[in-house]
Amino acid sequence: MSNNENILAFNPENFDTQNIELDLLLQAVNLKYGYDFRNYNKAHLKRRIYQRLKLSGLNSISELQNKVLWDKEFYRIFLQDLSINVTEMFRDPDFYMSFRKKVISDLKTYAHIKVWHAGCSSGEEVYSLAIILKEENLLQRTQIYATDINKSVLETARQGIYSNKEIELYSRNYLDSGGKGQLSDYYTSKYGAVLFDKSLSKNIVFADHNLVTDGVFAEVNLVFCRNVLIYFDKFLQNKVLKLFSESLSKRGFLCLGTKESLKFTNFEDGFTVIDKKMKIYKKSQI
Amino acid sequence: MKMTKLVVVGASSGGIEAISKFLSKLPVSLNIPVIIVLHIGNNKISTLLSQLNNKTSFLVKEAEEKETINPKTVYFAPPNYHIQVEENRTISLSTDAKVNFSRPSIDVLFETAAWVYKDEIIGILLTGSNNDGSKGLLEIKKHGGKTIVENPKTAFSKTMPYTATTLFEPDYIINIEDIAVKITELCIE
Repeated sequence: MSNNENILAFNPENFDTQNIELDLLLQAVNLKYGYDFRNYNKAHLKRRIYQRLKLSGLNSISELQNKVLWDKEFYRIFLQDLSINVTEMFRDPDFYMSFRKKVISDLKTYAHIKVWHAGCSSGEEVYSLAIILKEENLLQRTQIYATDINKSVLETARQGIYSNKEIELYSRNYLDSGGKGQLSDYYTSKYGAVLFDKSLSKNIVFADHNLVTDGVFAEVNLVFCRNVLIYFDKFLQNKVLKLFSESLSKRGFLCLGTKESLKFTNFEDGFTVIDKKMKIYKKSQI
Repeated sequence: MKMTKLVVVGASSGGIEAISKFLSKLPVSLNIPVIIVLHIGNNKISTLLSQLNNKTSFLVKEAEEKETINPKTVYFAPPNYHIQVEENRTISLSTDAKVNFSRPSIDVLFETAAWVYKDEIIGILLTGSNNDGSKGLLEIKKHGGKTIVENPKTAFSKTMPYTATTLFEPDYIINIEDIAVKITELCIE
């Protein structure tokens, strides 16, 4: 085919200008602020960005880019738009049940346990894990690093105060996950909010960490990262899994979300499957 | 309209029966993928999927993260996850906030599918007693896709299909029994 025929065959209707705008916006954010969203799933980004356009009365992604570059306060809002901040306590009770049965007994053989909870959002699942460790008498000798890219949700996590709106669901999840008491044993209720017991967070360090650009910061026995990788493309998934693999000690555990998997990634061979359905893995002994 | 490359379906209350009727009438000759959002709460869908598998020549399965969208396959959104269509015609899942009090939300599937498949898609909104799906169906229409709404008069629950008809004029408003035939017609055109 000659060049001319190539041009003629090109259908301008198919040319998606919005995709160009999106690529330019993500590049701009990376250049200006060092936050790299270029390998996030595009459908997710587009939905959030279109919502922002509507809310702020903007006509195009290019207009939004201009505001993001020149208006720091607007950028802060935009960053909140893109972050993943939906979570719940004991989300997928079957997973926590399996964790109790298949991971805890191994952890009990360690004198000290280090856990990295990556992408912890507002902390509901960090407290869930802490409660399990407490019930298994392991919390005292555990150090949990709970990290997220979003500083404002980390503040919520640090305080451990949540609206009581969802507490019924959380209590049910807790019992379904094999809880040994009542969820209410771990919080006090006040003014429509619940405050989780400070003894749970004593050994938790909440810190700002960007999975895309930051490196390994500790050797840990357990990496907990649920429903974060589904927002990334394959390239970024592999990059983050490499980070997890390097952070894990020998025979360390990796827990992913129930719809996430090491299948079709570069790390399928580096881990043994502990629970196929609940996505619990153990680093191979190489 | 160009050749249809994808059919997307949304259903809520009364949806199991409606979807079952629809799938059982899909002709073997139809060589396209179908993606379905059915509001089913946190219930498991494995039993439903195996029942449906016996009723159609299509492969019926729960959609997996990063899966390529293949013809002659029916993908169901996993309970409690949104399902999205990506630019490279793969599926992505998300645990984002509920949309229209629903996760999976029909709007999320319809919108993201419309952005990618543009005029190569058919959107179908079936029975349901909430307002999910109509905005997404409009997005499909805007991008040049075809839109079908189950006849609210004969639907198990009329609210969802009726809401769509108040928002815009869908291409076809037909009874559940006739939808598979209509799709076959549109795909042959």
